[in-house]
Amino acid sequence: MTADAVVGTGLIRHGGRKFSDYFIFNTDHKVIGIQYLVLSFTFFLIGGVLAELIRTQLALPTNQVIVGSRYNLVLTLHGTIMIFLWIIPAFAGLANYVIPLMIGANDMAFPKLNALAFWLLIPGGLLMMASFAVGGAESGWTAYPPLSVTTPLGQTIWAIALQFIGFSTIFGAINFLVTIFNMRVPSMGLTQMPLLAWAVAATSIIIVLGTPVLSGALLMLIMSRVLGAQFFTPAGGGNPLLWQNLFWFYSHPAVYIMILPGFGIISEVLPAFSRKPIFGYKLIAFSSMAIAIFGFLVWAHHMFTSGMDPFLRVPFMITSMIIAVPTGVKIFSWLGTIWGGKLRFTTSMTFALAFISMFVIGGLSGIFLASVPIDIHVQDTYFVVAHLHYVLFGGSVMALFAGVYYWFPKITGRMLDERLGQVHFWLTFLGFNLTFFPQHLAGLQGMPRRVFTYAPEFTALNLMSTLGSFLLAIAILPFLFNALRSLARGKVAGPNPWRAFGLEWTLSSPPPVHNFPTPPVVDGDPYGYGERPIPGPVGTPAGPPAPAPAPSASGGN
Amino acid sequence: MSEVNSAVPVHEQPIGTTGLDNRKLGIWLFLATEVMLFSALIAGFLDMRSRGPSGANHVLNIPLTAFNTWVLICSSLMVALSVAAIEQGKTKRLRNYLLLTLLFGGTFLSIQIFEYIHLISSGELTPWGSLFGAGFYTVTSVHGLHVFIGLIWCTLTIIWTMQGKFSPKEFMRVEVFGLYWHFVDIVWIILFTIIYLL
Repeated sequence: MTADAVVGTGLIRHGGRKFSDYFIFNTDHKVIGIQYLVLSFTFFLIGGVLAELIRTQLALPTNQVIVGSRYNLVLTLHGTIMIFLWIIPAFAGLANYVIPLMIGANDMAFPKLNALAFWLLIPGGLLMMASFAVGGAESGWTAYPPLSVTTPLGQTIWAIALQFIGFSTIFGAINFLVTIFNMRVPSMGLTQMPLLAWAVAATSIIIVLGTPVLSGALLMLIMSRVLGAQFFTPAGGGNPLLWQNLFWFYSHPAVYIMILPGFGIISEVLPAFSRKPIFGYKLIAFSSMAIAIFGFLVWAHHMFTSGMDPFLRVPFMITSMIIAVPTGVKIFSWLGTIWGGKLRFTTSMTFALAFISMFVIGGLSGIFLASVPIDIHVQDTYFVVAHLHYVLFGGSVMALFAGVYYWFPKITGRMLDERLGQVHFWLTFLGFNLTFFPQHLAGLQGMPRRVFTYAPEFTALNLMSTLGSFLLAIAILPFLFNALRSLARGKVAGPNPWRAFGLEWTLSSPPPVHNFPTPPVVDGDPYGYGERPIPGPVGTPAGPPAPAPAPSASGGN
Repeated sequence: MSEVNSAVPVHEQPIGTTGLDNRKLGIWLFLATEVMLFSALIAGFLDMRSRGPSGANHVLNIPLTAFNTWVLICSSLMVALSVAAIEQGKTKRLRNYLLLTLLFGGTFLSIQIFEYIHLISSGELTPWGSLFGAGFYTVTSVHGLHVFIGLIWCTLTIIWTMQGKFSPKEFMRVEVFGLYWHFVDIVWIILFTIIYLL
């Protein structure tokens, strides 16, 4: 690499030059991004194994694979891992890698804090696994008391693990906000920022205002479990709704923490593969902020049947429906973006298109759930399970894969194989819908969630769901194979294989340790496809061999 | 913590697009997270107190804690004076005021621990014994932890002062520590009012 790099030695290093640099307290945002991505993907596999255990048990109502408290343990850990150790850190990792590149910064604002945020995930993740080994975290990822106060020791470890993960996200969010608002190249105004930066800023605002509330609630839970405080125990005069209020004050906005970065990724991918400027830049940017604000006004829609004041249901129903408006604005802006474009169906693009349709299904079932009469009917049924998987898997995970396929060439310097990518996509898409669509039907007919068995009339729907989940498990294999093979001998990507706008594509792939030797200059629309020439070298990189032209058969404009 | 042997590139300018120093923007955002943390804890405390018998705070020693509040306010004054000292380039004075901050902060924490020991050993107020106790110990212990972290931070700042890291042009670390300390102080004034006086 270039000579200007300060080569760190010992336990604190900067830059990824050799393999061991990735296993150490490294302050380079690109290394940290990869660390996040690899760790969270590992947890995705662990969470996936847990999901397959659940589906195997539920294949038939009489199965005895995991029953009773062991089933509860598995479902709790599946939810907790997928949310806190897969989706949130995976987005943090992708953003960590690309955000400084996109805004022309040489690193994040606080490189050491950035590394600390990542390394806090290690004790968090280890404690989470320890809670599983000890046993006891059986109250679901929502950990409602009084159950979560009376479960065995593992629940305490679970809560402590979540505190570590919470600190990690808070430090990460502060870092993102300062980076985005204070580290941009001077020539990049707020409305010239890539939409991913807007989305990550909105996400970080939610984290800054929401996650500490979860920390407080968890602290009360730990006090209750360790010191016998009666916060949440009705028998001692406490208030179980206090937990629900504090928990959902964080955890409803947390669903936007898990989807807004996905919105940002989609807003990058769609214009690049439609060869058109994004439609409604400002609407997309401001609706992200609107979601961040409105997200804090809807939490009690999770508690319609929990014994809250019935009068309060109406305002929360209204706010929950209002929040669909900024989301709808985005959907239509994306449709406007691809409308009349020269679409290139790369794997990244197919994941992005699948994201739109799957997320719309999840969003619509969300509006169903926001309305009080329907919610009372389907509360705690598989309808809710279907809804949340359509937004979190059909939404967040599809967006993550769209982002991974899009930036993999930038991160590794190698192209992923498109045919294997398509296999991955179609298996995922079919497996996902086969798994979760039937759960809408089972839920509407009253099948309760979080139980290891069910009435025999639900057998057909559940068997379908289980078969779909096996398909989903198989779907990940071509991706793993593809990624490993590309790392070893994939086609060399060159600086800008997608011929995309964005400062990250003006650098070599992978970028040098110090991203920008001289501050780049930004002029005009960040998505000027078809309106002005692609900035930067499309063909002459700093990296070794000559660049490859656009890999897909159908070239852009 | 030294910047010299740090692996971080040194050519980064801390002053950013907004004209603010990164560290200042960062600490304000951190304080925003702290506001939310204490809001949640205070909400929990108020809920618990409203459910318990009224007058549960009569077991608390108000004169002693009033004195303790005064001690903490004094420590905040010392921090303000230390920032003023380094603005004028008076490093020795900075060190002395920070030492006084440490002294006042340490006194506050000692009195709080003394109060805890008295309340728990006499059985007058315990985290498990009453709803008021649950709320009281949760909120005040988190605040005490913040004071404790502040004392460590203050000690580090004193070490940096003695290493000659600060000048009238570069004392952002003192300012950032000061913002944190003032925040912890303000939170205590709110807690004292809500828990002891009301």
